[in-house]
Amino acid sequence: MAWLDRSARSIFLWDIVVGFVVGLKYFFAPKKTLNFPFERGPLSPRFRGEHVLRRYPSGEERCIACKLCEAICPAQCIIIEAEPREDGSRRATRYDIDMTKCIYCGLCQEACPVDAIVEGPNMDFSTETREELFYDKTRLLANGDRWEVEIAKNLELDAPYR
Amino acid sequence: MFLTGPLQSLGVPYAGAWLISYIVSILVLSIALLVMLAFLLLADRKIWAAVQIRRGPNVVGAFGLLQSFADFIKFVLKEAVIPAGANKGVFLLAPLIAFTLALAAWAVIPVAYGWVIADINVGILYLFAISSLGVYGVIMGGWASNSKYAFLGSLRSAAQMVSYEVSIGFILITVLLFAGSLRITDIVQAQAPDIRHWFIASPLFPMFFLFFISALAETNRPPFDLPEAESELVAGFAVEYSSTPYLLFMVAEYLNIVLMCTMTSSLFFGGWLPPVDVWPLNAVPGVIWLLLKVWFFFFIFAMVKAIVPRYRYDQLMRLGWKVFLPISLLWVVLSAGYLFAIGRLS
Repeated sequence: MAWLDRSARSIFLWDIVVGFVVGLKYFFAPKKTLNFPFERGPLSPRFRGEHVLRRYPSGEERCIACKLCEAICPAQCIIIEAEPREDGSRRATRYDIDMTKCIYCGLCQEACPVDAIVEGPNMDFSTETREELFYDKTRLLANGDRWEVEIAKNLELDAPYR
Repeated sequence: MFLTGPLQSLGVPYAGAWLISYIVSILVLSIALLVMLAFLLLADRKIWAAVQIRRGPNVVGAFGLLQSFADFIKFVLKEAVIPAGANKGVFLLAPLIAFTLALAAWAVIPVAYGWVIADINVGILYLFAISSLGVYGVIMGGWASNSKYAFLGSLRSAAQMVSYEVSIGFILITVLLFAGSLRITDIVQAQAPDIRHWFIASPLFPMFFLFFISALAETNRPPFDLPEAESELVAGFAVEYSSTPYLLFMVAEYLNIVLMCTMTSSLFFGGWLPPVDVWPLNAVPGVIWLLLKVWFFFFIFAMVKAIVPRYRYDQLMRLGWKVFLPISLLWVVLSAGYLFAIGRLS
């Protein structure tokens, strides 16, 4: 009697009725969509977003211009120039990142011996012109000052796994 | 017409009053329809989104209420691209034909007792003719685009609309047998006063389902949206259209959907009649009841879009010719026999 069962289901639109009930169930279910700019999903502490240059608590910049990040960068988007400062310490005079070339691989962060260059949690840094994405040292240090709290927390959370 | 008397009493000659009252009623109906359509379009998208556990458009205005108006401005301000190989005249004429016919059908639709622009005594026939003509807009657009996807889409659409019109025709004949008139006002009045006499509560009950499913196919709605089948034909006959011509096609499509919802309510669900003829319900104006019914059927249309997968082309044709046509034909004979037996046909 399988044919009878099948025909009866087909004549009485059984599949459609069941589908309608399931559809209505989902119709009243809470929505899964995040209302994005106002609601955000969770980000891993390892999230690799916009780069920042960090400072020590004393205000001294961490970067010692060892150029390890420049050397390891697979996209070759970092350019560093360095010379000794008046107090004799080695500092970068120029630290440029071309954010349009960067592939956000995080190797600069891995290479840095003093945790100076870090990719922070910020991902909303789109600009209207290409030139605004050529970051220089001032911009990167400013980013560091702005995101220091979040970045320090992320590094602390990630430290046990390193 | 409703304005003729008052205007004449103001000293306007009869011909002028007649003309003014017709123009005013046409404008009122068209504008009300198009504004309602804007919100129904949003409702369609919202319902579709809700079934898929999404939010749907919610940025323009509160709850996205102004989304359709933003879309309208976007469509109108865009550049109308006319493909180099297209037949320019026919290409631009097609959406105009589709839109004009979709609006013209509303001339014979009574939105409440006596609220109708042209209460002609062959209203159903007129509607049937107009909806058959609707296929011209689609096939002209598909042909004039000079594109293979558009052409395939329009061929499919023409075949589909013609196939389902046959069974819709038989369903209409059954309804007409019961109502005894082709005037839509009379058909609704035949279902007075309330739900006990609606055609849904008569041997026409199965015909309602056939009519509704045929209406889905007739208006190229999912699951029968083969002419647009976005996963295979991109957008079918509309693939080369942009800007205002596309807007006209889309508005025409949704106008036809609302027309089919209105026809379903008028033919089977008592149009502007209240469901139960008791005091608080029958004091509500008829137009409200019709609107509620139309919105209900539009909701079903939107739900069907959200829950039913698209039919394959041969399944569509099989359903139309081998299932719907025999059933509706059989039902015409059975209903005629029934009416003859109880002595209503003589």
